Amino acid sequence: MTETKQNNKSMLQRFMPLIIFGLLVVMLGVGLTMNPRLIPSPLIGKPVPVFELPLLNKEGTFSSEELKGQITLVNVWASWCYACRQEHETVKELARSGLRIIGYNYKDKKQDALTWLARLGNPYQQVIADEDGRIAIDWGVYGAPESFLIDQQGIIRHKVIGPVSSQENYDELMVAIKQISENKL
Amino acid sequence: MKILFAIVLMVFQAGAWAAPMETFKFDSSEQEAVFQKLSEDLRCLVCQNQSIADSNADLATDLRKEIYGMLQDGKTEDEIKEFMVDRYGDYVLYEPPFEPMTWLLWFGPVIIFIVGLFYARNFIAQQRSSGPSTELSAEDEQRLKNLQSELNYSDQNKDEDKSDTSGDDR
Repeated sequence: MTETKQNNKSMLQRFMPLIIFGLLVVMLGVGLTMNPRLIPSPLIGKPVPVFELPLLNKEGTFSSEELKGQITLVNVWASWCYACRQEHETVKELARSGLRIIGYNYKDKKQDALTWLARLGNPYQQVIADEDGRIAIDWGVYGAPESFLIDQQGIIRHKVIGPVSSQENYDELMVAIKQISENKL
Repeated sequence: MKILFAIVLMVFQAGAWAAPMETFKFDSSEQEAVFQKLSEDLRCLVCQNQSIADSNADLATDLRKEIYGMLQDGKTEDEIKEFMVDRYGDYVLYEPPFEPMTWLLWFGPVIIFIVGLFYARNFIAQQRSSGPSTELSAEDEQRLKNLQSELNYSDQNKDEDKSDTSGDDR
């Protein structure tokens, strides 16, 4: 009786390293398959940062107050950004579907940005220019493209890191838009 | 010789862009020290495995400027860290904060070490007791007793019955 008990115990002990190894493999496996470039934004659920920036293609400025009132996507892009070019067709499609999209031109030269828009099309209701990227720090931007989904009250509800055109990003954005519009009703 | 020359060139080239620091003018050496510490404690988000101090990335340059500006405005080290965490999250800190979410991160290694110690102790104890075994199997015990009693018997002719009930005496 005691012998079988001891046997069981030593069996468990014998396999313990294997079990621990297995757990480590699973943990490291999960860790490796996650994308380290996706850094969750602490700004989700918070109001947009207060700012006032010049418009890119016309006289005047744009302030954070103007983001309120309707669901808006703030799309951070630059002419030097390759993935922005990739996502642009999808951005245009979103604009056609009725979503208000504000272009946020990030650390770009004015002329380059204007040429880029002229060539690829301008789906933006307004384009704001943040030439030195100072305000982008307040948004927690660390690259382009990035997009922020803002609700009617001016609260940031979702952040897309990378192109909105990737299936995963697109689906998540759609879910977020749906959630906001259902809350409203 | 040509190859050697090329290697030397390469090494010096590497040195040339190893230090991306702009020249900032500080009011005091303490301020400069805080600046250095902050830019080494904060992670560059684009390059990830470099601190803001090490990185050439555009964003790192911007953040260094930002830190410099905030220091000039008289902000403290903690205030600047908070500013960065508010915008970029805990990820921006190389050393994660101490909070319930990160307890496992902080205590994990210690817990694993203690479990390991425990396990090692048990293992050693087990090895010691089962190693070159001093305990005999029941069969061998029997044989030993038999032999012993046989010896006793032949030597002294006294313990006659011992050979029959062998095993119980000690």
